[in-house]
Amino acid sequence: MSSEVGQQHPLSLYFWIWGLLFAVSFCSYLIDFYQVGYEVGTMGLRWTLILVFMFIKAGYIMAIFMHLKWERWALIYALLLPPLVLLVLVYLMATEADYTWLTRVVYFGAEPYPEPDPPPTHAGQH
Amino acid sequence: MAQAAAADYATIVQDWSSDVTTFKGVPWGKAMMWIFLLSDTFIFSCFLISYMTVRATTAEPWPNPSEVFSLEFLGAPVPLLLIAIMTFDLITSSGTMALAVNYGYRRDKKKAVRFILATAFFGAVFVSMQAFEWYKLIVEEGVRPWENPMGAAQFGACFFMITGFHGLHVSAGVVYLVIVAYLIKRGRYDNTNYEIVEIAGLYWHFVDLVWVFIFAFFYLW
Repeated sequence: MSSEVGQQHPLSLYFWIWGLLFAVSFCSYLIDFYQVGYEVGTMGLRWTLILVFMFIKAGYIMAIFMHLKWERWALIYALLLPPLVLLVLVYLMATEADYTWLTRVVYFGAEPYPEPDPPPTHAGQH
Repeated sequence: MAQAAAADYATIVQDWSSDVTTFKGVPWGKAMMWIFLLSDTFIFSCFLISYMTVRATTAEPWPNPSEVFSLEFLGAPVPLLLIAIMTFDLITSSGTMALAVNYGYRRDKKKAVRFILATAFFGAVFVSMQAFEWYKLIVEEGVRPWENPMGAAQFGACFFMITGFHGLHVSAGVVYLVIVAYLIKRGRYDNTNYEIVEIAGLYWHFVDLVWVFIFAFFYLW
């Protein structure tokens, strides 16, 4: 648990994680390559896949490459808990953004899209 | 197992209430780097959250990154090709950095220096590709921070702020790594445990970590 003598781990561990990051990155690239989510109603699937692959990658980089896995809990918690308050900011801004978008549509005559993402006309151009 | 986990949790209170160094066994430089990275997390998060906000507020269509960043390959446009290559390049640099840290702790000075320089090289390649990407977007596609021909005007501002700030981190990291490699080679850290390699490595992995989020939220979303 402690790192008094520095971090000593077999090299193979890093190669495994390296390969894993490559594979997961490739998977997240495939999301775009196969245009997952371009079909009406599958946007949720695209977002889920993006987030899943993102968290897998971020988790392994932090746990293994940045050695968080072997640090003491005092440090791990000091680093992982504070960013959670950002979720509050995300919530606040998302709510506010929703309201702003609605205002623009209702009062400023902006043309409403179902959601402010690429309109479906882009689908299948490749 | 459950007992061991409970004991681990108990160390949090012990460490924080011990009235001496909180982060036990962590060199001060490493603790400071971690705290710097924590503050950097907030800066990048602010950029990404403001990007979320403007993207959600605009009633105009958001330019499709998949098309904007597609690259012609063998006569057909491949979506996000350059971005994918940049991603793999950065992961590779993270891998070489992890090896450098490992060799540093094994006191294999020569290999550590070599892998740090390899990391710096991959970082430089990344910045070059980003320069090409910016050139393509500014000159060929006419994207400006205040307007672009593809849709919502905020696209440019978000793009230049987020990738620019990240690119700045990569560039600074390359300089940092070269300096660290030079100092190690000159023997400045001979009397230490070579934690400096891990500290530099933390910064570098963080740059890679931020790219994971940028890749997901800006390019793929």
